[in-house]
Order: sequence, then C-alpha cells, then structure tokens
Amino acid sequence: MTAIRAVNLHKRYAGTPAVADLSFAVEPGRVTGFLGPNGAGKSTTMRMILGLDRPSGGTALVDGRPYHELRHPLRKVGALLDAKAVHGGRSARNHLLAIAQSNGIPASRVNEVLEAVGLREVARRRVGGFSLGMSQRLGIAAALLGDPEILIFDEPVNGLDPDGILWIRRLMRKLAAEGRTVFVSSHLMSEMAQTADHLIVIGRGRLIADTSVEEFIGRSSQGYVRVRSPRLAEVAELIKAGEPDGDHLRVTAMSTLEIGTITAGAGIPLEELTFVQPSLEAAYMELTKNSLEFTS
Amino acid sequence: MIDILRSEWTKIRSVRSTVWTLAVTAVLMLGFSALTNASARGAAGGPVPGWQAIILGLTGTMLASLSMATLGVLVISSEYRTGGIRTSIMAVPRRMSLLTGKIVLFVAVSLVVCTVASAAAIGVGVAISQPPSIEMGEVARSSLGSGLYLTACGLFGLGLGTLIRHTPGAIVSAIALILVLPTMANQLPGEWGASVAAYFTTNAGLLVVSGQGNGTLGPWSGFAVYLAWVAAAVLAGAVLMQRRDA
Ligand SMILES: Nc1ncnc2c1ncn2[C@@H]1O[C@H](COP(=O)(O)OP(=O)(O)OP(=O)(O)O)[C@@H](O)[C@H]1O
Ligand SMILES: [Mg+2]
Repeated sequence: MTAIRAVNLHKRYAGTPAVADLSFAVEPGRVTGFLGPNGAGKSTTMRMILGLDRPSGGTALVDGRPYHELRHPLRKVGALLDAKAVHGGRSARNHLLAIAQSNGIPASRVNEVLEAVGLREVARRRVGGFSLGMSQRLGIAAALLGDPEILIFDEPVNGLDPDGILWIRRLMRKLAAEGRTVFVSSHLMSEMAQTADHLIVIGRGRLIADTSVEEFIGRSSQGYVRVRSPRLAEVAELIKAGEPDGDHLRVTAMSTLEIGTITAGAGIPLEELTFVQPSLEAAYMELTKNSLEFTS
Repeated sequence: MIDILRSEWTKIRSVRSTVWTLAVTAVLMLGFSALTNASARGAAGGPVPGWQAIILGLTGTMLASLSMATLGVLVISSEYRTGGIRTSIMAVPRRMSLLTGKIVLFVAVSLVVCTVASAAAIGVGVAISQPPSIEMGEVARSSLGSGLYLTACGLFGLGLGTLIRHTPGAIVSAIALILVLPTMANQLPGEWGASVAAYFTTNAGLLVVSGQGNGTLGPWSGFAVYLAWVAAAVLAGAVLMQRRDA
C-alpha cells in the first residue's frame, strides 16, 4: 500500500509556480529522501501533503485519502516541519500534552517520547530556552507521539552537530526497519546517500528523478578521464572518444594508460591526464544544475 | 470535540500570558471598584445608595474589556506568530472544529473568570461604600451582564485575531472597535448619527452591564446587537482561516 502519493501537484504563490505537475509515490519500509536545491519546493510539497497549504492543482493523498479526512491524523502521520515553531512559553511536557490530547493519545505516551528523544530531564523547562538541537528533538518527539506508520521530516538535520546528525540518521533507519514510511527532505546528496533507500529529486518544483539510491549511485559512479593538451583537437581526433568540456576532454570509454599510449605514440604533449573519481554530490549537482533558483 | 477542548485547555493554561491577562482583568475590576466607591463615599459624606454602589462596582469593565480582548487575540495570534498553528492544524485538520474548540473553551473560561471578578468587584465596592440596603437580584444580574459583556469583548478579539493573524494589528483593531470608534460615533451629528452611535459595537453592548436602555435599544437587544458585531468578526476570520494557507 502506497503511503504517500502526489498526483499532478501544482502550487502557485501569487502567480509564481513553486511546485509544478509533481507526481510521485512514497512506499513503506524504507527511507525516501526528498532532494532538491534551496527553493525547489520540498517544504511546499510537504505542507500540501499535510493539508496545510491548498494545492493550486492536483492532489496529495496519505494512505489513499486527503490528509484532512484522517480522523486522528497524528496516529497515522507524524511530521516535523519547523522545529522552532513552538510557543516558547510552554514547557516541553505541556507542549506535547496538548498535541497528544487533541488526538486522544494517552498522556503516558508523552513521557515515553520524551524519554525516547532524551528530553526527560528538561520536560518541565520552557521550550523557548531550548537549543536548536533540543528543539529538533522535541519536534521529533511530537512526530512520534501517535506511534504513526508514516513519518515526514523537513530537513531534520539542519543545524545539528555530528552527534545529533548521527542520532537522527539512526532513528530514521530504525523507523523504516520497523516497516514505517519515512519521507525526509534534504538539500544535501551526501546526507541522503547515507540514510535513504530511495530518492525523489526535484528542481524548480518539477520532478527530476525518482530512483533507488543504488541505481542513482550506479548511474553516476562512472568516473572519467580528464585530458588537457595544447593540441586537444588532435587528441580527440586520434582517440576517437571523449567529449570536449571547456578546456579539456572528458573520456569515459578509455583508461589513462590507453590514452597515454596513443598520444605518446603520436608525439602529442599532454598537460593533464587524470582519472576523476565518481562523486555522488557531483552527479547530483549535474542533475540539478539546470534547476538552481539562485546560482552564485 | 472533547479531545480538542482538553487540548485547548492545556494550551491556554500553560502559558503565562493567559494567567497575566486574566489577573489584570480581575485587578482592574476590583481596583476601579474600590477607588470609585471610596471617592463616592467621601463625596456623599456617608453611605451611597445600593444601586449606585453596584454601578460604581463595575467601573473597571471599560478597561477590563481591553485586557479580555487582548487575551482573545492572543489565543489565536500567538499560534500564528510562533508557527504553532501548523502543529495545531496538523493535529486537527478540520479547521472549523479547531476554531470552534478554541471559541468554546475561551468562552467558558472567560465567563467564569469575568463573572466571578465582576461579583467580587461589586462585593469590594459595597464593603467600602456601605450602602444601607442592596438588592441581591440586581447584584447577580449586573455581575452576569458584566461577565457576558467582557466575554463578548474577548470573543471580538479572538475573531479579529483569526482575521488579522498579527498580534499588534489585531489588538489595535480591537481597541479601535471597542473603545475609540464608539466614542467617536457619539459625536456624529443629527438623528442619523445618533442611531449609528446607538448601534455601534460597545455603545450597544455596554447596556447589558448597566441594565438600562439607551432610548433606541434595551439591555438585551443592545447586547444582541453587539454579539452581531462579534459574530461578523468571527465569521470573517473563520472564512479566511478555512481558505488561507496555514
Ligand atoms: N508562503 C509562500 N509565499 C510565497 N512564496 C512561497 C511561499 N512558500 C514558498 N514560496 C516559494 O516557493 C518556492 C519553493 O519554496 P520551498 O520552501 O518549498 O522550497 P524548499 O525546497 O523547501 O527550499 P529549502 O531547501 O530552502 O527549504 C520558493 O521559490 C519560495 O520562495
Ligand atoms: Mg524547505
């Protein structure tokens, strides 16, 4: 059963499209990374899934239904959008208690999730004084309150220290291993490569890729050889491979040894002959470079 | 709905601003009653009549209406300010149920606190000015009238807060509609001006506190007119809340 489904989602803000004709499905039992550069429309899409923003077109379904039709939504879906979006004057415990009560979740569950995220000691402190890491944990506690089978996290590791990042990564793996659906956004490929099983990549509100991480790595794990020479045209002619790319030639079909042997035989001097390691980040940059909203 | 009410009760009781605005309301009611009754007793050189002690006992209503309106605004605008509204709507995606829950809980809390504070204010005033006799029925009616009026003012604030979402903007609008504009309406010239003034928000609403008509409206019809103003603000807020992105 598909947990989250977006069907031809559109969202325009004052005429400017933020999400355009976006369709995808998120399946249970794995971590699905939702990737895209800043402003790609990840948060907007998540808000539409959660019934916060009204789509300009298309639909978003959770467990086959629009979010607002769920009776006790928090028992089905837990979400962390913005960890700092809490009333600073309330204690962590009361913050969670109010959320629990609204969905008929027993108060004892509040203590359980506080314990689970390591905030038991500060349960009675005002959340206004929490560090970003603590706020992030509180947000995750709120998402876990209803023991939901679907979890949605918007950039949960933003601003966290390495310990916190590791903790969240393990938590997401664990939740997915329990058979839950984990849908998590990030703008860092390197982060997702370590956490996600599946990737949905968007740029400028449009779908760019919907693929397993393995496939993505496989596709992008071809390295290439970079050749530079004052007589580059002759090199290209000679080896009959590679594509010109700026001041160098990009060759994927031959090894450095093969190229070097040929050019040496022809007496052509080389400035550079390097094997460039495949990089996931580079592949991702390549994929999204046409959809960057702001390029520096 | 009971789930939503319990949740809203936890929310409202767990922030200091609620406790503070309610305390300010009670202090205003009691303080003004003590002051005006003391000075009336001084001026009269002896006990003041019972009916006057009761009216003086509710002098604080004027300013207390603003503290209650502020609380009403904060009930919703503080969620928009912090972004907590998104958490609330994720928990209760039927937004009208969420808003109804907030309204019902606010009205219940406000009615209890304001009616008790009004009765206490009259009690303090009577203790100071020592009227020869006092009609208990009139004390009860006035306390209830004042409690209802203050609650309506709070609900006005809640409606404006839902409509405007921005705390300072909503509070300024509430002050304008509750205090400033009604006074200005009283300056309108002619018969037409007098009718507008009589129907204008608290000019009509305050009649239920004094228990006297203003020539055009009686205490209860005046309060009904005020409730229509409040309902307009709440409904406009509800429509926008349902339509807008959270
Ligand atoms: N409430 C809004 N009003 C107007 N424009 C908006 C609103 N929310 C988002 N946008 C615009 O929609 C686009 C997508 O924004 P969104 O926040 O969804 O991107 P994102 O992928 O989450 O980016 P980031 O990685 O920076 O969080 C952006 O151009 C943004 O400026
Ligand atoms: Mg975002």
